[in-house]
Amino acid sequence: MAATATNTEQVVDVGLGGGPRPRNGNGFHKNGGGDGGDGLRFSPARYRIGVWTAIGSILMLFVALTSAYIVRSASSNDWKPIAMPRVLWLSTGLILISSITIEVSRRSLKRDNNGAYSRWLINTVMLGAGFVVSQLFAWRQLVHQGVYMASNPYNSFFYLFTAAHGLHLLGGIFALTYLLFRTTKKRATVDGELRRIGAADAATIYWHFMDGLWVSLFALLMFWR
Amino acid sequence: MAEAAHAEVHRHPAPTGFIRKYIFSIDHKVIGIQYILLALTAVLVGMIMSVLMRVNLTWPGTHIHIMETLFPQGAPGGAMTPEFYLSLVTMHGTIMVFFVLTTAPQGGFGNYFLPIQIGADDMAFPVLNMLSFWVTFVGFVVILLAIFAEGNATVGGWFTKLGDVLHSPEAWAGGSGTVGPIGGWTGYAPLSALGKIAGPGQGAGVNLWIISIAIFCVGSLLGALNFITTLLNMRTRGMSLMRMPLTCWAWFTTAILALLSFPVLLGGGILLLLDRMAGTSFFIPGGLYVSGATVPLHNGGSPLLWQHLFWFFGHPEVYIAILPGMGATSHILSTFARKPVFGYRAMVFAIFAIGGLGFFVWGHHMFMSGMSPYSAVAFSILTLSIGVPSAIKTFNWLGTLWGARIRFTTPMLFAIGFVSLFVAGGITGLVLGQTSLDFFFHDTYFVTAHFHLVMGVASIFGMFAATYFWFPKMFGRMMNESWGKLHFWITFIGVYAIFVPFHAMGLLGMPRRYARFDEYEFLKNSKGLVMFVTVAAIITVTAQVLFYFNFFWSMFKGKKASDNPWEATTLEWSIPSPPPHDNFAGIVPVVYHGAYEFSVPGAPNDFIMQTEPEVTVLGADLGGASGNGGNGHKH
Repeated sequence: MAATATNTEQVVDVGLGGGPRPRNGNGFHKNGGGDGGDGLRFSPARYRIGVWTAIGSILMLFVALTSAYIVRSASSNDWKPIAMPRVLWLSTGLILISSITIEVSRRSLKRDNNGAYSRWLINTVMLGAGFVVSQLFAWRQLVHQGVYMASNPYNSFFYLFTAAHGLHLLGGIFALTYLLFRTTKKRATVDGELRRIGAADAATIYWHFMDGLWVSLFALLMFWR
Repeated sequence: MAEAAHAEVHRHPAPTGFIRKYIFSIDHKVIGIQYILLALTAVLVGMIMSVLMRVNLTWPGTHIHIMETLFPQGAPGGAMTPEFYLSLVTMHGTIMVFFVLTTAPQGGFGNYFLPIQIGADDMAFPVLNMLSFWVTFVGFVVILLAIFAEGNATVGGWFTKLGDVLHSPEAWAGGSGTVGPIGGWTGYAPLSALGKIAGPGQGAGVNLWIISIAIFCVGSLLGALNFITTLLNMRTRGMSLMRMPLTCWAWFTTAILALLSFPVLLGGGILLLLDRMAGTSFFIPGGLYVSGATVPLHNGGSPLLWQHLFWFFGHPEVYIAILPGMGATSHILSTFARKPVFGYRAMVFAIFAIGGLGFFVWGHHMFMSGMSPYSAVAFSILTLSIGVPSAIKTFNWLGTLWGARIRFTTPMLFAIGFVSLFVAGGITGLVLGQTSLDFFFHDTYFVTAHFHLVMGVASIFGMFAATYFWFPKMFGRMMNESWGKLHFWITFIGVYAIFVPFHAMGLLGMPRRYARFDEYEFLKNSKGLVMFVTVAAIITVTAQVLFYFNFFWSMFKGKKASDNPWEATTLEWSIPSPPPHDNFAGIVPVVYHGAYEFSVPGAPNDFIMQTEPEVTVLGADLGGASGNGGNGHKH
């Protein structure tokens, strides 16, 4: 037992004798932030940081578009909101449920239950696909009513928001499909396992973001008319 | 155990085939060089355009045979049409801002040196990194296509046909005889949103211009995501945030700016494209009267909305261009002054302050748009407050140089040149940031002088400094110092000779973007000045041959470089030149020191490498900068 513990210790200090912890940069009294990693191990934080960064930029895209929406709604008298297609409530319901299923899936992975992980992942993909179909139905319904992109600024934004969100959601579905094909089996190395869990975490965070984004866009289209 | 751990570090083996090694490489070093080569190509196009513009301004209406040969449509009879001139203005601006000032400093040098300087073996997402370059490259191809779509009758014809297929002939009309769109690099709506009806150079070229920029946005976003993740996640052992070189801080801040500002431009671009092609009215007001006709079918749009979206991106973009130059300058000044950066921590905060404030000042580009005087005052105060962190940086650069025994190498000269140009260009920022003064200076050559000095030439000087400094590491050979110094002096004097007279022209009231000035009574006396600037510009542009030749000649024939030719301290100088495929050959570097420990009292050398193990002398704690025992250092 003792030997094992020593070995673990050595992995961290490998080859370099483990110098003193960083004391200070540039003559200051504090370290100025945490120590860096040891670079030997894959850190799953990479995927999380990556996805949060991506979310930051996607958020800015929608901040720009919604600011344009708010400005445009106030800038003239040709703003004529349409009655919201009912099927959008179905979309909203589907995506809210999908957030729950993906969370169940992720937690199953944490508990090492791979069967439940892939099952709930499939459910989430189905719900996501259902959401997209439901959105397309909403579009079809509007087209049947003769409501097109250029008919009215409100409609322009309606189509723009749903399309932009839909495209990003398709990216999410693509990510989940990737998880289904590549991460449902346990991996041999510690590193591989960390990657697997990291990828699932990142996709989950992104999916929740897509959910929240749709709900806020829906609310904007409903209440800021 | 050690072997196993090392094996894990090699995440991707070195590629062997030519295509995987040099074209679709996922090695951050190759990608960095690809970005630099892209910028070197783009800057040539942009420079040639600027010379053509100067020629037209100096000899307007004169028959210049070669112009007629080169541009039979754009310069009939050898004299440029005003539309042709405007399209040169547009493409010069677009190519320089996006494909030079954004690619080389961040995508080029950032990509190459950020991972090495923090002790990582590659970027966090190497494949994304490769995509980011190739997406940017496609953006460049599309912008070149925009030039031909307007300028060449054959290529223009293809796009006219495409317009028929897409049922938007107005938006896709090509072959107008200009060299691309004529809306300026800011592409102000509503003219940019209308299509052919707005005049020549508003057809297919504008579509391609928008598409190119949208593609560029995506490429930059992929890059920014990678930079941020790499820096936060992949620092090596002992590389605490405050031990990072200032270059890394600059690239990190730049990445954050890109991450938050490019999506806004992307959003604006999508809206503009929809206005042109889908018949929406985001930016097109009703009853618009253009070129003798009322624009039909549009109503209620707000042209100002485009300006807000554009400048919300546009102002941070200025810092995206300049911050990496600031980082490189701090780094190089410290190295050749053989002194620590004066006020390292203040430098870090100043970078963040400049980046942060940069998001709240976009309105200063719009003082003339009829905004409320109250918002103008708010924007003005915020703009002027950027002077504070900028002054901190300048003060600290001077503090770094103060009392130093400076080694005047070529990179050092360019770094000092950067400081000079940043101050010279920044000072006029304080003039233009005041609403009342801007009312006079708006859209005059004074503005052109300001942003060319502070954003254009200063950034380029930062990049020159970085090139001369890191060339030995990148290619394992030194650049020629004598040519470098000659290049510096001609360029340094040249850019001042070009842009200082611009201030005077601005004071005279000479407007930007006009194709000729000979017809205005109040500008009659400025002829000599215009001629002087043109001559200076031609000399300066010609002198860049020195740089190009030096760059490519030294790549193959330069003097062999040692691992650490400048006696610098950061991690890239602890590995061979050029670095091996995975940078540290499977060994994880451990960092014991801050980035700028030069001339530490009691140390045997006047520099302490970041990787040099710390030896604590019994009873003599020298506060982290302790002297080395005399053995164990390896230079």
